[in-house]
Amino acid sequence: MTKVQINYHDGSQSEKTLTDEEIPFPEGKLIVSRTDIDGIITHCNQAFVEMSGFEMGELTGKPHHILRHPDMPSAAFKDLWDTVKNQGKKWRGYVKNLRKDGSFYWVYAVVVPNVRDGKTVGFASIRRKPSRTKIKELTEIYKDMLAEEKKA
Amino acid sequence: MTYTMTVSPDFSPDYIAGWYIFNTWLQKKTGDGIHLELYDSFDLQRKDIIDDKIDIIFANPYEAAMLIREKGFLAIAAPADKPDEAVICVKDDSDIQSVEDLKENCTIAMADDPQVNSVGMIMLEPADLSVKNITIEKQKNYVLVAKNLINESADAGFFLLDAYDDMSKFVKSQIRPIITSQISVIRHIFLVGPKLSNKAEDIRGLLNDMHNEDKGLKILQSLGFESWENQTQEDSEFMLDLIDTLSG
Repeated sequence: MTKVQINYHDGSQSEKTLTDEEIPFPEGKLIVSRTDIDGIITHCNQAFVEMSGFEMGELTGKPHHILRHPDMPSAAFKDLWDTVKNQGKKWRGYVKNLRKDGSFYWVYAVVVPNVRDGKTVGFASIRRKPSRTKIKELTEIYKDMLAEEKKA
Repeated sequence: MTYTMTVSPDFSPDYIAGWYIFNTWLQKKTGDGIHLELYDSFDLQRKDIIDDKIDIIFANPYEAAMLIREKGFLAIAAPADKPDEAVICVKDDSDIQSVEDLKENCTIAMADDPQVNSVGMIMLEPADLSVKNITIEKQKNYVLVAKNLINESADAGFFLLDAYDDMSKFVKSQIRPIITSQISVIRHIFLVGPKLSNKAEDIRGLLNDMHNEDKGLKILQSLGFESWENQTQEDSEFMLDLIDTLSG
């Protein structure tokens, strides 16, 4: 077990205890969540609750970065928000998520802006089972990106 | 005025009579003439939707995007507790136990159902498979997809879960599911077009109450479900957002 401090893009911080245990993605399911325009969780499905290890009540009203794993580089999330919020486009990527108990799970995530009457009212994130080949590739890439971020 | 109603071409042939009876029921309840036009392909149906020939539709979720976002259709109802799930099957004595056992250049049989095929392809992603490295065997219906598995001309096949469940014991004994989707929110929906927008709430009320009358319940059972569930425009918009994340 390792204790780490996570710094979020909104300036907040939290201390987490990490483990090396990976939880497998549930077969055939999609993890679904929705946020408001500021990334605050408004809805999530049962698969999201089960995989995150949190209770439903602990998730809604919280920032989506509650799941952020410290092995994920900030640049990945910056790219996500630039794409969906500033450009109004779909974002796709492989993400390592942190569970409440400090273990982790990998997902292939697609995030889309929810456009209603021409206005973006929030975002939907749909996560599915990722390819192990891609996870292997991305683990190395994210490690290098993190190292660069730490140097800066 | 006579309106035209249609049904997504992927419905089971067992329900054809049911849709005619439903059409008669809806005409009586609304007092409007409604002609039921059935298609045996999505392409033909899509052409008539584009040409504004359709006023009422029980639509495949994949088609709903165009109907709602481009044609101004309104979501009314969806069959309760009947999501559209996909299942991937292999021949019963196949060595393939999971999706990850399927390898590059394998052959996948599928019918003409865009939603099932989209979800099926997503379930192949963990095996690093995509349209670029598999051979697709397109079939007219799910029975032929099963036949491809049984005669070993395909390694795996995509099925709508309902279609798989409805197959005969004999066919089912020769094929084996390896994965079933559990997406829950993607489903066929009943929509009315702009010409009926002033009657949309009346039709919503009729469908939501349909299971409460004996005759209505029997008709619903002849369509393969027990009741309609209200489908708001936001329910549909969210379903379309979700479908959008599954495509491409």
